[in-house]
Amino acid sequence: MPVISYREALRAAMREELKRDENVVIMGEEVAQFNGAYKVTEGLLKEFGPKRIVDTPISEAGFIGLGIGASMLGIRPVMELMFWSFSYVAFDQIVNNAGNIRYMSGGLIHCPIVIRGPANGGTNVGATHSHTPEAILASHPGIKVVCPATPYDAKGLLKAAIRDNDPVYVMENTILYNDKGEVPDEDYIVPIGVADIKREGSDLTIVAHGRAVITSLKAAEILEKEHGVSVEVVDLRSIRPLDEETILASVRKTHRALLVEENKPFCGVDAQVAYLIQARAFDDLDAPIGRVSSIDAPQIYCKRMEDLQLPHPARVVEAALKVLA
Amino acid sequence: MAEMIDMPKLSDTMSVGTLVKWNIKEGQTVAFGDILAEVETDKATMELSCTVPGTILKIYAPAGSQLPVGDPICAIGKKGEEAPDPKAKSTPPKASPTPAIPESTGIPCIPEAPASSPAPVTAKSDATRTKASPYAKRMAEKAALNLAKLSGTGPEGRIVGRDVVAATSIPAATAPATPLSVAVAKPSDGKGIQDDTDVPVSNMRATIARRLIESKTTVPHFYLEVEIDAAPLLAMRESINKRLADAGGEKALKLSVNDFILKASAEALRQVPAVNASWAGTSIRQHSAVHLAFGVALEDGLVTPVVRDAHSKSLKEIALEAKALIGKARSKKLTPAEMSGSTFTVTNLGMYGVSGFFGIINMPNAAILSVGATIKKAVVDEQDRIVIGQRMVIGLSGDHRVVDGANGAQFLQALKQILEAPTSIIL
Amino acid sequence: MDGKLTTVAKSTAFTHPESLKRPAGPSEFAQHPVNAALTSAEKIALYTKMVRIRHFEQRCIRTYQQGKIGGFLHLYVGQEAVAAGTISLLGKNDHVITGYRDHGHGLMVGMSMNECMAELTGKITGCSQGKGGSMHYFAPDKNYWGGHGIVGGQAPLGTGLAYAVKYRGLKGSCLAYMGDGAVNQGAVHEAYNLAALWDLPVIFVIENNGYSMGTSQERSSAHPGCLAKRAEGYGMDWDIINGHDVYEVRAKTSEALKRAHEKSKPTVLEIFTYRYFGHSMADPDKTYRDKEEIKTYRETKDPVFLFEKELLLAKVLTKELVESINQSAMEEADAAAVFADESPDPTVADITKHIYWEEDNRGPQTTSRGTIIFE
Repeated sequence: MPVISYREALRAAMREELKRDENVVIMGEEVAQFNGAYKVTEGLLKEFGPKRIVDTPISEAGFIGLGIGASMLGIRPVMELMFWSFSYVAFDQIVNNAGNIRYMSGGLIHCPIVIRGPANGGTNVGATHSHTPEAILASHPGIKVVCPATPYDAKGLLKAAIRDNDPVYVMENTILYNDKGEVPDEDYIVPIGVADIKREGSDLTIVAHGRAVITSLKAAEILEKEHGVSVEVVDLRSIRPLDEETILASVRKTHRALLVEENKPFCGVDAQVAYLIQARAFDDLDAPIGRVSSIDAPQIYCKRMEDLQLPHPARVVEAALKVLA
Repeated sequence: MAEMIDMPKLSDTMSVGTLVKWNIKEGQTVAFGDILAEVETDKATMELSCTVPGTILKIYAPAGSQLPVGDPICAIGKKGEEAPDPKAKSTPPKASPTPAIPESTGIPCIPEAPASSPAPVTAKSDATRTKASPYAKRMAEKAALNLAKLSGTGPEGRIVGRDVVAATSIPAATAPATPLSVAVAKPSDGKGIQDDTDVPVSNMRATIARRLIESKTTVPHFYLEVEIDAAPLLAMRESINKRLADAGGEKALKLSVNDFILKASAEALRQVPAVNASWAGTSIRQHSAVHLAFGVALEDGLVTPVVRDAHSKSLKEIALEAKALIGKARSKKLTPAEMSGSTFTVTNLGMYGVSGFFGIINMPNAAILSVGATIKKAVVDEQDRIVIGQRMVIGLSGDHRVVDGANGAQFLQALKQILEAPTSIIL
Repeated sequence: MDGKLTTVAKSTAFTHPESLKRPAGPSEFAQHPVNAALTSAEKIALYTKMVRIRHFEQRCIRTYQQGKIGGFLHLYVGQEAVAAGTISLLGKNDHVITGYRDHGHGLMVGMSMNECMAELTGKITGCSQGKGGSMHYFAPDKNYWGGHGIVGGQAPLGTGLAYAVKYRGLKGSCLAYMGDGAVNQGAVHEAYNLAALWDLPVIFVIENNGYSMGTSQERSSAHPGCLAKRAEGYGMDWDIINGHDVYEVRAKTSEALKRAHEKSKPTVLEIFTYRYFGHSMADPDKTYRDKEEIKTYRETKDPVFLFEKELLLAKVLTKELVESINQSAMEEADAAAVFADESPDPTVADITKHIYWEEDNRGPQTTSRGTIIFE
């Protein structure tokens, strides 16, 4: 099976869907001529031309609103945000329009849009460029949010997102763009709303999404080798819809849960997961649910500190041992 | 048709309005948009403009009146028309049916209780509260374990899953050591009397253990002893058994000493019924019937089948029943009904040569009779001569809450009399 | 400068640009080809549509005062000619999107009074099944894309609709209406830029009724004399129109439509109009304008009466016809109110429907799973 990067996986997804459906249009800042700020869309302009791959001015509210309007007539725009941190200038369009139009029209209209881009800290770019808004977005009914952690999931989820008839927001990660993994050549999707057990175990369940999955897998290795603990890692992959059953089945098996996220603590995704576990697996819990989030402050600039602000394997191991006590 | 004009809702937070001033009079013709009145709301004084052209038929709310939104203030219709009665509001606007809040909206905000809800651990004061994880509580309930008796190895002394596992199963090699580990001293010569083994406690043994602990620690035992002359009893037994054998051959019923004891006990209880009772906390239950339990030793423990209504059964009947029950006990076919409901228990170690002993009360009985072996010994007869006697020591352990020394002694006295003149049993 | 900042600038009789200060007499656009081509029946139909809008809106006031309409209610009375004039020109590839003063546009594209009134009262028979309310009328089958609550938020959406029309290679357009208060929103500028940059067939229609809620144009817009002129900054064509003259609205809008259809280029149209009632029902409208101003407009520039007068003069309408058209419209509105009263509410189960297309249309093709509505 081919081994490609997360970035290449995203590109392959877009290429395949551009071929498959003539309504698909890629839009965003620097996606065409510049070949993408992070080179995700590299080569697509050459292959598909300027009608399908569209450079936009720096005008998120404008072009995202435009994409939403066009989607009401059947265009399927895949709009790139250079950083999800830039979504806030277009928040009204993203949440009020894309998220509500179907409901407010009593089901007469739907908006088959995709907004994708990196939603991550850890790149030394400071507070305004390091947001992870998946929890904020997922709190709006009408919106779907997915977070792929691996190249396989990135391609599968982006394809599923493009084919989905509702607004789907894809949270990527610049640090993961270079990660390599096995990705099939042939057409496949990762269904939205299905989590994945990235590592099987019996003593502790770690639930994570995005890059926190990779961090948790590293921590799991340490826990096994140095502490003899068998850790199961559940990769949510999809925030909304949420695969509650996989989370619960794992906790019922191991009886101890640790939640790891790069969100800040207050109402991060794991706040919802914690509620779910204690509500539906209460009698299976052998310890309080543990949680590792980013340290609660705007993203610090100093790189060494930022690395500690985000969940890192040592902090995850420490938290895991506390849950296992 | 006349239209009723109500106090209008002029802002979305308005609930009452004051009609400050009327701009029109009864009888006046008004057009759409004409200002009818000034209304003071919670926010400002607003003008009420006419939305129904026509003639003012009647004004119901005089200037200065404060009315809730929806109350009629005037009526507009065709000139000469009768003004409607404000009390009988003509066809009140057909209110949209207020949705009956359904019993279940199908949107529960708390999860349904899981199928097996754990029995609540009776929490005492906070200081003595038993901390246990939900999982541990569930496991303990399933194993019928009292959590309060376990010690927790979790943080802050919390009882966790592994503590329950350790308390209910073989301390497996992987399970962490429980606080009480049995110290094993190995023989220095390497050859022991048996192998060091950990024999898992069977359900029966566990149950016995539980019940004995409960009895020994909660019932105030006291002990009385009596020595009876067993010669008459043994003589009678021999003669009866011989007669039965002559009549029935090999298969003939054989009375045991225990059968006599059972029958005698039932009779003695008839004479001293105070011992046939049970402690019930705020009362003492006197039992009308005598249901006798007797001990049967099995390979892995002891069972106590019950002869029901022994007070109304003959010696033969009791013997037959006892035999059957022993057979069932040995083949593990006793039903729970056959093992419960006793009012008095007899236990016999005579066959092992035990000279005398005192058993542990079989709750909720008030006493237990412990029968020793019949021993040939030198005794003093009525003529103060030393003769050879057959003596049997019988012990009575009594629940002092129910039985006093006097009652207990009376019972033993009665029993002694019966056993030493056993012809009465046959009657 | 001082005066602008510290005193409430009460505008006197509404100031239009000089070029538009002409006497309100028979329209000089009556003979414009697009109007001359109208048959008598079509003229009467146009008049009827304007009358229907007016009576529907006026009936809403009563329903609101009876406490049956909650939330916001923004009335179109006085602005009828804008929706009527523009929408009467549209073809099958022309689309409409507007802000929250959307009842007039809804009725013009062909929505029924019943579904519109029922929506206001939150009933399940409403055009959005009680889920949208006054600000969110939609009729995609009639190319009507709402009804939007956030000021200016619809401008990029309208630009997107035009983009889709062009993408499909169709000769069409999107009329994106907004108020004079919306022109200062960032989203509107972004939409202008994209429309001009990409040559999109969008017509931005600024319905300038002089006030953004309680703030007059002078107090809210830099260079208030002419809002459409901002289009020049983006290289777009623009025009100004007397909104009380339905023939003028039609004439000038048809130019913009032609530009959109044939050259796929955008236009900004500023249509001067007026609203008789407050910004919404909650607005007592005494703090920012004179009664006299409203009265003057009603007497000299009411679009419905002016058109009525014009058609009476041209003997297209008769007094009896005027009477019966108005009566019918009133009755239709009353009947809609009764329909709304008698209609049921949606149910609690309906609350979680129509959120996701994929959930409303689950079938063998559905791949997504998991929990999507939470408790």
